[in-house]
Amino acid sequence: MRKISELAGSRILVSDGAWGTFLHQKGLQPGGCPELWNVTHRGIVLDVARSYVAVGADMIETNSFGGSRLKLEKYGLGERAAELNRTAAEISREAAGDGVLVLGSVGPTGKMLIMEEASPEEMYEVFREQAMALEAGGADAIVVETMTDLDEAVLAVRAARENTRLEVICTMTFDKLITAEYRTMMGISPSDMVQPLLDAGATILGTNCGNGIAGMIPVVEEIRKCNRDIPILVHANAGIPYYRDGRTVFPEGPEEMASHVKALIKAGANIIGGCCGTTPEHIARIKQAVGGGRWL
Amino acid sequence: MTDLLQKLSECVEFGKVNKSSPFPPQMKGEDGADEIARQLLDGGTSPQKILTEGLMLGMERVGIKFRENKVFVPQVLMSAKAMNTAMVHLKPYFLSGEARQKGTFIIGTVEGDLHDIGKNLVSMMVEGNGWKVVDLGVDVKADRFITALNENPGAFVGLSALLTTTMPAMERITKSIKSAVPEARVAVGGAPVTHEFCEKIGADVYSRDPQGLVEYLNENI
Repeated sequence: MRKISELAGSRILVSDGAWGTFLHQKGLQPGGCPELWNVTHRGIVLDVARSYVAVGADMIETNSFGGSRLKLEKYGLGERAAELNRTAAEISREAAGDGVLVLGSVGPTGKMLIMEEASPEEMYEVFREQAMALEAGGADAIVVETMTDLDEAVLAVRAARENTRLEVICTMTFDKLITAEYRTMMGISPSDMVQPLLDAGATILGTNCGNGIAGMIPVVEEIRKCNRDIPILVHANAGIPYYRDGRTVFPEGPEEMASHVKALIKAGANIIGGCCGTTPEHIARIKQAVGGGRWL
Repeated sequence: MTDLLQKLSECVEFGKVNKSSPFPPQMKGEDGADEIARQLLDGGTSPQKILTEGLMLGMERVGIKFRENKVFVPQVLMSAKAMNTAMVHLKPYFLSGEARQKGTFIIGTVEGDLHDIGKNLVSMMVEGNGWKVVDLGVDVKADRFITALNENPGAFVGLSALLTTTMPAMERITKSIKSAVPEARVAVGGAPVTHEFCEKIGADVYSRDPQGLVEYLNENI
């Protein structure tokens, strides 16, 4: 199996764009369970995956962000966690073929360790179940993403690392403070996350979601300052959404996002893709901006 | 007793729940909000005084630190937990009418959205500042907000959303509430919400942090 961390050392890689907001555009209702669509609307999920392969992404994610048993329980689907994650990976594998990598998406459980809403053992167990199902469905790596609590992120990385043969990527979501520093809502800085996540077994670190691609640059710089070698992945959203005529609009178009790619690479990013609000056109333009050229 | 009140406010500010709680490390082994609230009541301090001069003071301090990015969600949650633990001792006095809260705040995450971290945070901060909170949970439809308003005349309503996809629901619910109970005042909040959005959908107030909402409520009792 090709190691993404090794590939990322040889050239800048391009990841995919949004899944959740994309599925909503295709008819997923607010309050609907995105992961259930892997079974009930398989064709549409496959279309999303294919649309990113078609524009040249080196890797695509799986429709399993909210696929932990703890999150699925909110929809009464906890018992189907293994099935829905395995199917998610199978769909992306089908779209990716052999030429594109599949990253099994693992998001937060929505439970707070500090409030004892779930025990560390319980969290480890649901992440283990999810990661193993994604591996069984054909994922090449696990991406633990949108994390804000370092303890939860460490549990997810460890659970994936210790129970699968896959590489584990971990990205956290940072906000800009009034002091211009970056922290997750739980108070974790980019510097805080690096060593604990490496110790847990992650081989690629990074940041996702956020407030637009420009805000990712200082976060990447901070991670790079802590570690010279670790590949850094960025999944940026298309800016802070606003509301117009009954729908939400993400302000950053493909051109605008692509215009920051060079600076992002200069800051130390090795893998660049999108998050909420990004589309295949965004990824196509990012791909173009990355091009064959290397600025490192 | 003033000493104990001061200590209680610190337990809330720093999130010291009870004696056995290991958090925060610098208060390990000391009495927490649980024990001190009991001691105050046993010593004859009025529940009203415990609320306003102990609990509310602590919650206000942590609310301000949160707004200033000096503490983060975990610290606020621990403060709220300490406050709730003390409130258990005070609840009977609120129910009997011996002690009074400032008013009622109804809160819920809007229809289609199952996220509750932000909603819970606001709920706890508002309660900690002396308000009765009616928490309707997540995925709440307009009619449930309206029923709660009818059951609690004069209450304020708070709508929470995390997902951009549920912002339209926020608009719908605000309009339904306003048409059913025209004098109702509706606050909106959550990651995708802005001041402009609040104005556009006809809600009364937006705050980017819980403390701002508390201040609005206190100004409009």
